[in-house]
Amino acid sequence: MEFFHGVNVDWMGKAKYFVALSLLLLVVGWLSIYRTIVVKHGTLYGIDFRGGTLVYVRFAGKPPIDQIRKGLQQAGLPNSTIQGISDTRSIGSQNDVVIGLEQAQGDESLDAGKQKILDVLHATFGTGSSKPDFNSLTQPVLAADLTRKDPLLLGTNAGDRYNQLATRLTSARDTDHSGIVTSFDELKNVEGVTPAVTGFLANDYSLGNFAVRDAEIVGPKVGAQLRRQAFFATLYALGGMLVYIAFRFEWVYGAAAVIAVFHDVLITLGFFSLFHYEISLTVIAALLTLVGYSMNDTIVIFDRVRENLRLMRRESFPEIVNKSINQTLSRTILTSGLTFLTVLVLWVMGGEVLRAFSFAMVVGVVVGTYSSFGIAAPIVVLWNKYGGGQAATARVGSAAEKRVAAVARR
Amino acid sequence: MNSQLKWKFAFILAVLLVCIFGVIGVPTFPTSWAQVKGNLAKRIQLGLDLKGGSHLVLQVQLEEAIGQRCDQAVDDLTKQLRAKNVGVGEIRRVDDTHILVRDVDSNTSGGFRDLVSNQFTEWTMAPAAGETNGYLLAMKPSVVADLRQASMNQTLETITRRINALGLTEPTIAFTGRSDDEILVQLPGVGDPTGAKAVIQAGGQLQLVRVADGPYASEAEALAQHGGVLPAGTTIVPGKNESVAAGQPSGQVFYILDRSPIVTGQDLRSADSNPSTESPGQYEVDFKLSTAAAARFGPFTEAQAAIGGRMAVVLDRQVFEAATIQSRIEDSGRITGGFSQESAQNLALVLRAGALPASIKYLEERTVGPSLGADSIREGVRASIGSMIVVMIFLVFYYRLSGVNAVVALVLNLVILVAFLAYAGAVLTLPGIAGVILTIGMGVDSNVLVFERIREELRGGKVPAPAVDTGFDRAFHTIIDTHVTTVVSAIFLFLFGTGPVRGFAITLIIGLIANVFTSIYVSRAIFDFHLSRMDRQAQLSI
Repeated sequence: MEFFHGVNVDWMGKAKYFVALSLLLLVVGWLSIYRTIVVKHGTLYGIDFRGGTLVYVRFAGKPPIDQIRKGLQQAGLPNSTIQGISDTRSIGSQNDVVIGLEQAQGDESLDAGKQKILDVLHATFGTGSSKPDFNSLTQPVLAADLTRKDPLLLGTNAGDRYNQLATRLTSARDTDHSGIVTSFDELKNVEGVTPAVTGFLANDYSLGNFAVRDAEIVGPKVGAQLRRQAFFATLYALGGMLVYIAFRFEWVYGAAAVIAVFHDVLITLGFFSLFHYEISLTVIAALLTLVGYSMNDTIVIFDRVRENLRLMRRESFPEIVNKSINQTLSRTILTSGLTFLTVLVLWVMGGEVLRAFSFAMVVGVVVGTYSSFGIAAPIVVLWNKYGGGQAATARVGSAAEKRVAAVARR
Repeated sequence: MNSQLKWKFAFILAVLLVCIFGVIGVPTFPTSWAQVKGNLAKRIQLGLDLKGGSHLVLQVQLEEAIGQRCDQAVDDLTKQLRAKNVGVGEIRRVDDTHILVRDVDSNTSGGFRDLVSNQFTEWTMAPAAGETNGYLLAMKPSVVADLRQASMNQTLETITRRINALGLTEPTIAFTGRSDDEILVQLPGVGDPTGAKAVIQAGGQLQLVRVADGPYASEAEALAQHGGVLPAGTTIVPGKNESVAAGQPSGQVFYILDRSPIVTGQDLRSADSNPSTESPGQYEVDFKLSTAAAARFGPFTEAQAAIGGRMAVVLDRQVFEAATIQSRIEDSGRITGGFSQESAQNLALVLRAGALPASIKYLEERTVGPSLGADSIREGVRASIGSMIVVMIFLVFYYRLSGVNAVVALVLNLVILVAFLAYAGAVLTLPGIAGVILTIGMGVDSNVLVFERIREELRGGKVPAPAVDTGFDRAFHTIIDTHVTTVVSAIFLFLFGTGPVRGFAITLIIGLIANVFTSIYVSRAIFDFHLSRMDRQAQLSI
């Protein structure tokens, strides 16, 4: 089986359309960023980079967002944001809510905001019962309660067995029921649970209808620090790649590849703003992945150009570049297609935590593949035509080619 | 099969066995499926984002420790100058590291300079600008640096002792390396860090001090009672009012206490929480003093009891209790103040573990509930396996027998990666899973590069054996270039990145190195084996 055999496209002849397309994507994306930052005074940064508080709550049923908002406003937190997110188990039912809070001025007490949010939740949705909430119980507490009350009438020295039972109960709650049990009957099938145990649980505990799944508090100073660190890590990584490619090829190839990946990052950021995703530390990891990936694609084409420069002595430089792209097209589309498929699966199935990451990858794979022939290759061709490329066009005896040939012989 | 090829396969098999053993064969050789799973869980350490827990970054307020050293120097200097009869106008702390001495008596200024240069070797002395006979003492930078380092070490040790006393499992307490005043605390399995945070943050500076006077309703009133000047060697300390009188707005009162305590937290031999004997339902902390401290404390209390003196229990610059000393006390005491069982236990724990040299502030707090971690693992693994299967089916469909070859290489790539994580004791985080996925992607790319090249050569009219040869040779350059470029960038990410970025980088680096091995060495060996058994002119299944 074979696709894309014997393709003969004049890629470099279409370079001006590619440039136009890139400009269009850049302008649309960055207008959206402009709108977010300048017009709406918002930010693209997630909590990692701007500092603030984020509490991730799961409700047993559909979360009463209006009620939460009212409660937060009454508690003096009018600037809080509330966002429903879809449950990955049953798509469409939105049981999870993320409550965000901007960092208060002067980070005197970092967790005051989180405490306030929790207070509001307890006041608005608390069980009203004096019994402890089973859904927010930790394993040691449950183990201690079980041992003390001894519902199985094991007598003394039952601590070990109750400890194991508590572990099974809490892990059943956390892994099988995603942290929320709505009825004690749901725990019937847990190993070692008898009617005596469920009876004890129902008698001694209440079931809260929400559970805190995740809480993040980042001070503004740390936010700025992380931002700076991520920026410099990326910059150094790009510099490292530039040097390596310049060493293996010629500096203009390195520059073209770096410009192309820069273009990819800018466009992906634009898409982030368009689709209202936030930039977090994991997204930085995704952007770096896409930098590596796009670079990979570009190098495969450049490698072929280097090889063809040696073999084809009659063709003009743009023709050689066209041929190289066509020869590697089959590989490019296969690899990109498969990678696209992988990140698409990740985006759909990978869960909420990986969502922004995989979105960056989905966009990045497409843009990164396109930029290798749409941006990086035309830059090298253009340089050859107008810039210091006389040596490479004359080719015979040029320093560039000598080095290229020497490298290829190795 | 020729002997060279045999050696290749023997080597590949050895690598495979070592890797599989590393993943599931340690610590006990498995005899059942459950043991295999157990070993796997033990060998692959999960990060907090996958197993749930609390991640705290705290900042030590080092200026406080330096300021305290400065205060102490001011006290010492005052005392020693008085003892040597050196007249000075004023001794004042300017900031954390500078002391200004004004109007040194010109007759004794030689004595002053001698004293400072002989006794205060941690300080440099220079004439103060704009002052006649004034001197500015500055703490030497090396002393400041040492003090910062010592305070950080002491804080780390104290926090470690406290957390171990809390009985939390497998905590990580370390310097962040990001800034020299930050400490990272990771508490796996702790879904609500409120209690642990309070114990970590508690100052734990206990002092037993003689009460000079008080209580007063406000600082101003305390001063006014003494004509605006406190008695020598005393200071004002706030405390809780035990019996709030009618008309008083707050429960805050102020005592005038001696500056230097009789006994401090360092003199404690033990501290325990017990139910209060006087107020039922409340708890108190009972402590015992060391022999050396008891030798000071006994005579002091005896003398004070004779004149009806009072003593205050001061915790973190707050008076908890001030009571008249009834009789000689040897070596035991107690702190009351309406504690609950938990707060009394925590206070006893903090007192046993020792005081912090400076207060701390939380910069960052991330808590991942165990249910979210479990969901993340399930979804991440499900997505990875799902996409692997889709990719493998496609490869076999598109490249037929050669596709099977690619699948073998991919699986081996994954096994080596996981085994390395197990052997190196690396921690698998969510971004790490992303790194695994990218590794799979690049692994597919390497195979596709080779196969497409072989197809090109076959199309050019070559017979299988030389086509495979040239295909691997040509693709080799490209694979090396792409992999080295990515590894170079991943190394920079590892060197300069933080937590999640690093987890991603390390998995990617290992994955890519394994990838070069599997997609070139292993895949080539399988091709050679296949070619050695088929007819030279036969078609290659690609």
